Amino acid sequence: MSTAQARDGAAVELSGLRVAFGKTQVVDGVDLKVERGQALALIGESGSGKSVTLRSILRLFPAGRSRIEGKILAAGKDVLALDTKALSHFRGGDVSMIFQEPLLAFDPVYSVGRQITESIQRHEKISSKDVRARALALFERVRIPSPERRLDNYPHEMSGGMRQRAMIALALACRPQVLLADEPTTALDATVQIQVLLLLRELQRDLGLSIVIVTHDLGAAVEVADRIAVMYAGKIVEVGTAKEIVRDPHHPYTIGLLRSRAEGAMDKGSRLQTIPGSPPDLANRPPGCPFAPRCFLAEDRCRKEMPPEVELSPGHRAACWFTDEASSAYRAGPQPVAVEMA
Amino acid sequence: MSVIPNGLDPFATDRGGPAQPLLSISGLIKHFPVRKGTGPKRVVRAVDGVDFDVLKGETLGIVGESGCGKSTTAKLIMGLIERDSGDMLYDGQAIGERAMPWRSYRRQAQMVFQDSYASLNPRMTVEQSIAFGPKVNGVPGRQAVERARALLARVGLEPKRFAGRYPHEISGGQRQRVNIARALALEPRLVLLDEAVSALDKSVEAQVLNLLLDLKAEFGLTYIFISHDLNVVRFISDRVMVMYLGRVAEIGPSDQVLAAPSHPYTQALLASMPSLDPDNRTQEALLAGDPPNPIDPPSGCRFHPRCTLAEGVCSAVEPSLSPVMPLHRVACLARQPGSGHSAAPSEAIAA
Amino acid sequence: MTAPLTAGSVALDGNITAAPDAPEAFIASRGFWGHVGHRLVRDPVAMAAGILILIVIAIAILSPWITPMDPYKGSMLRRLKPVGDATYWLGSDELGRDMISRLMLGSRLSLFMGVTPVLIAFVIGSGIGILAGYVGGWTNTILMRTIDVFFAFPSVLLAIALSGALGAGIFNSIVSLTCVFVPQIARVAESVTTGIRRRDYIDAAKLSGASAFTIMRVQVLGNVVGPIFVYSTSLISVSMILASGLSFLGLGVRPPEPEWGLMLNTLRTAIYVNPVVAALPGLAIFIVSISFNLFSDGLRSAMEIRQ
Repeated sequence: MSTAQARDGAAVELSGLRVAFGKTQVVDGVDLKVERGQALALIGESGSGKSVTLRSILRLFPAGRSRIEGKILAAGKDVLALDTKALSHFRGGDVSMIFQEPLLAFDPVYSVGRQITESIQRHEKISSKDVRARALALFERVRIPSPERRLDNYPHEMSGGMRQRAMIALALACRPQVLLADEPTTALDATVQIQVLLLLRELQRDLGLSIVIVTHDLGAAVEVADRIAVMYAGKIVEVGTAKEIVRDPHHPYTIGLLRSRAEGAMDKGSRLQTIPGSPPDLANRPPGCPFAPRCFLAEDRCRKEMPPEVELSPGHRAACWFTDEASSAYRAGPQPVAVEMA
Repeated sequence: MSVIPNGLDPFATDRGGPAQPLLSISGLIKHFPVRKGTGPKRVVRAVDGVDFDVLKGETLGIVGESGCGKSTTAKLIMGLIERDSGDMLYDGQAIGERAMPWRSYRRQAQMVFQDSYASLNPRMTVEQSIAFGPKVNGVPGRQAVERARALLARVGLEPKRFAGRYPHEISGGQRQRVNIARALALEPRLVLLDEAVSALDKSVEAQVLNLLLDLKAEFGLTYIFISHDLNVVRFISDRVMVMYLGRVAEIGPSDQVLAAPSHPYTQALLASMPSLDPDNRTQEALLAGDPPNPIDPPSGCRFHPRCTLAEGVCSAVEPSLSPVMPLHRVACLARQPGSGHSAAPSEAIAA
Repeated sequence: MTAPLTAGSVALDGNITAAPDAPEAFIASRGFWGHVGHRLVRDPVAMAAGILILIVIAIAILSPWITPMDPYKGSMLRRLKPVGDATYWLGSDELGRDMISRLMLGSRLSLFMGVTPVLIAFVIGSGIGILAGYVGGWTNTILMRTIDVFFAFPSVLLAIALSGALGAGIFNSIVSLTCVFVPQIARVAESVTTGIRRRDYIDAAKLSGASAFTIMRVQVLGNVVGPIFVYSTSLISVSMILASGLSFLGLGVRPPEPEWGLMLNTLRTAIYVNPVVAALPGLAIFIVSISFNLFSDGLRSAMEIRQ
């Protein structure tokens, strides 16, 4: 029902996005496109700027402390041009968000059902009977058991997994086109995490929802996402379909992430492959490729010049001078790499 | 070479020989009272009758959902909370009795916590934190500091750059290295790692796991490794113990338990690990809903309300931990001959 | 491609990025208080307040030697001169004594009455609070419930009642003000200590075999004293105002000693004749107490250090 004119074009399109807090350039030139009905995962370590990128789509930063440059298009709207009123309609109405900690999304003094119905009534005119029916339908949609009774629960009366579902229901209340998810399963047990991931997949399929999920867990990303973008130090270093990223990585950082996973270790007692060192200090960003100090392929050129994005196949891009070398090193076998002592 | 004066401590060296378990736990119980309203007194059965051994030189992984009692077990083992009942033997000696007071036991058993920041005193330098343990155990200040610096170097932190730093000045991975160094400062034989790598980024986690492997080999340590991440547990553990609602569901060699799980709960846990194969994504969750509350656990087998194999007998009889293979024990009626469960193997085959 | 690709070797482990060969000396950190100082210096408001407090303290110490006139010598002919008078820069009071000299000398008693009760209460209150917080259990319940009784009374009322019962005088004022602040500081100390006691590093210290006393001294004390101290500095302004109030009511300092509260009282009658002069002691109290509060605020935010 919302905005028919926005049917064509991408669900989310970021171009040249830069976000800075004070002197710290947290997001440093991100170009990203999420097609309608597609699920994209942004993965990276803490401090990679993945969460800030996600939040900038809803402009969730106080204007005084942050500086956003570039262009953000979401659900057919130019987000940076929206005025306060349009922005508040845009949040929830066109694009909504779920968080790691659902207790922060709910007001503890009102029942969950009331918060959902109020959210709907804020966005549209609807009778109180219909709105209750809609809230109930939402609870059924996110598979909350005995939904009628649960609508009257307060947030603290629900268990962690159920709260997460209730938060998804709240996010879907105003029929947004795009759902943003910031580490939605990090705080959950594995048994609950998989249920939430499956739910997100189901919503994408059944409602045609576009999803952008931020996670540090490659496994969670593969479970929900059609495409994966790998972020490092505020830049997207590689983007492609989930299959391309997991099977045919072309950036040394992606390779490092895949190699360092414990399930990749072949024999017990063997050591894990690791990425040496730690992420750069974003306030004193070195010139050239930010990953160069930790990279097994780095040469002088990498430390001086930021590599451009290379299109490896349609939609699969990596920002590295040595994509071919990286790719063949990955294919060569489980332990291809020695690191030159810096 | 030991720096800590050992004269008074008969437990620093091995007593029972390699066959005697380093730690032997039996019948461990801890209930917490729930203070809520009036009515009948209710308790959280956090740990409700747990038996297991930790063998010398092994890594025992403990897995389970939140509320399964794994962290309470850790605190009971370390004596940070008092047990209601149960026996704990360290190398054949009962812990907490006259022959082995807690103080001597703690020289042998140390712990690394999940939250690297909260487990370091924010007003102490890294070096002071590590040297604190040796100092209170009678090592002269200067020697304790030297030891702290040597340990820092050993965990991969250059003493010159890190010894004088404060916890907020270093990264999460570096802090966890400091915590490991602090645990090793007393030259323990047993190190309990309670979700010690869970809060770290994957690439840092791999570095720390490698470090743990190296330290274990170098100092001949025994680990108890608590984690919710089955992949990490599979990588590091020799044996795995799966806990559910305060009880042991399954225990055995990790390549058996995690490759061919016998308990339906272990199977469900494994199935809920995200797959890394985009062509073969998880299609359905084997377990619905949240982990149940350890207040008023179900009767009989505690897992029966969520179990795909549950039958009438499961709600009536509480299964005991019994072997399905040598060293591999499972608490499930469907795996026990003569239990009355229709899927149970016949006694002839089992015998 | 020049990067070496050799099979079978393992990635370098460790978080250390290539460091230049450091000199022999260990790199010393600024330390916690170093950081706090560093941040405090960058807070212009707190610095201004701090400098003002230092100036007032300097004046208080030096006042017997630097007052332009004799603060006790009055003149019936020169009463209530206005501010800006050629001889009396800030006017003169109802007995013709030089206001500026009396304000300078008065800062001694006013500061003394502001700081001393808080200082004593800081020692006693911290002791009670830390003990209750660290020991917990029944000790905590008994100590803290007793403390709670004092919270039933507003602090002004409590100070007046105690002073009234003890009788007028500087010493008695200090005793009664101390009694007002002990429960407040104890309560803060208790909650800070209870919070610290639950931290993992206290558990870690227990595991190292340290005695309860050692843990308290080495691990707890350093972490609780800071926040309690900051809270206490915020009470100095309250103490100054309460002390002035007691003097104003005739329960504190006795004339002819200059003290800002007392001066405010005696000048009260002149409020219609020369309101500006009459308000001067009040202004002094206001400025100094606000300075203490701003400085305490700055100190608190400077101490909030996380990664």
